Amino acid sequence: MKKEWPIWEIFIRSKNGLEHRHVGSLHAADAEMAIQNARDVYTRRQEGVSVWVVESKHITASNPEKSGELFEPAKDKVYRHPTFYNLPDEVKHM
Amino acid sequence: MDNKSRNLEEEFQARIDAGENIEAKDWMPEKYRKTHIRQISQHAHSEVVGMLPEGNWITRAPSLRRKVALLAKVQDEAGHGLYLYSAAETLGISRDELMEQLNSGKAKYSSIFNYPSLTWADMGAIGWLVDGAAIINQVMLTKTSYGPYARAMVRICKEESFHQRQGYEIMLTLCNGTEAQKAMAQDALNRWWWPSLMMFGPRDEESPHTEQSMKWKIKRKTNDELRQQFIDQTVPQADLLGLTIPDKDLKWNDERGSYDFGPIDWEEFWNVVKGNGLCNRKRLKARNEAWDNGKWVRDAAVAYAEKQAERKVSKAG
Repeated sequence: MKKEWPIWEIFIRSKNGLEHRHVGSLHAADAEMAIQNARDVYTRRQEGVSVWVVESKHITASNPEKSGELFEPAKDKVYRHPTFYNLPDEVKHM
Repeated sequence: MDNKSRNLEEEFQARIDAGENIEAKDWMPEKYRKTHIRQISQHAHSEVVGMLPEGNWITRAPSLRRKVALLAKVQDEAGHGLYLYSAAETLGISRDELMEQLNSGKAKYSSIFNYPSLTWADMGAIGWLVDGAAIINQVMLTKTSYGPYARAMVRICKEESFHQRQGYEIMLTLCNGTEAQKAMAQDALNRWWWPSLMMFGPRDEESPHTEQSMKWKIKRKTNDELRQQFIDQTVPQADLLGLTIPDKDLKWNDERGSYDFGPIDWEEFWNVVKGNGLCNRKRLKARNEAWDNGKWVRDAAVAYAEKQAERKVSKAG
């Protein structure tokens, strides 16, 4: 039998109130082992209070070659930012 | 090269020049990919083989304090190997292939780990000098152009500074101890000094990859620059310990603002790289045994996971 353990992406919540963030990946035979390995590899110095593991093959990523058409349309929409609007300095709390 | 790939290469270089990071799914020249697979996997193998000379002393550490520290350090190195293997795998090579390259002797790892750790003082010298040299290289690599490699380096550098401090503390304790203990520390420095300088690789004019690596911002400093930085920061640390660096040509050069140092024995370096160091065979044997003896565990874990998955399906059905 020759089978490589699948790859899992690891997400850690560093403390309650913050989101889980991607920290890296590792190999594990199943989800339970992925959580245990993530504990050993990514939280040896109290970096987390919660772990998510997702098998890498379940992640769909955007294609970098399409990033122009995906993300560039936002470039010229400066009116979506507060600094686009000119107000006199006397206006407070806005 | 056709026009399309020339344009892609120019665009790629422009992104590097602009200081952008390259990510796993971005287009990259095949040589950039291959260079990274080689460099990142060598780095990963070094972390993994690096556990062996220190693992040798865990059971013989002189106190519980030293033992937990050494154990934690070796465990970190396993973790660092894993971060790096993961970074290499983003470039399209599998973990099994990487392991095969290490175990068959096809892949290289840092030659420093082919030297034996003969006394407890070697644990001090390795932490102080070997980790010290590695940190200088790794701090530079946090700015490397390939994103997954750079991120692995940031994590590793954060964890590694304790490694060097624990090593220096061991040296300091020995140097403040008996005559025999201090002599043991000096002996360790004598044996590890020159191999540590060799860790930065051949001199710039002998280093065929440096120019391309600098252009692609894989490396941000040359081997000689890094080696000089290491010497300049380490000599005062040796002075503080009251130890003598085993180099009669070592002296401060006011004009350069750096230490001048004696010639490195590159013949020894290449000899160890070629597999003829004191421990090359022993290290590979240990790695192969670990891999072979672990096979039933890897297989059992897969069998268990498959069985659990099947049960889930049959229950749901």
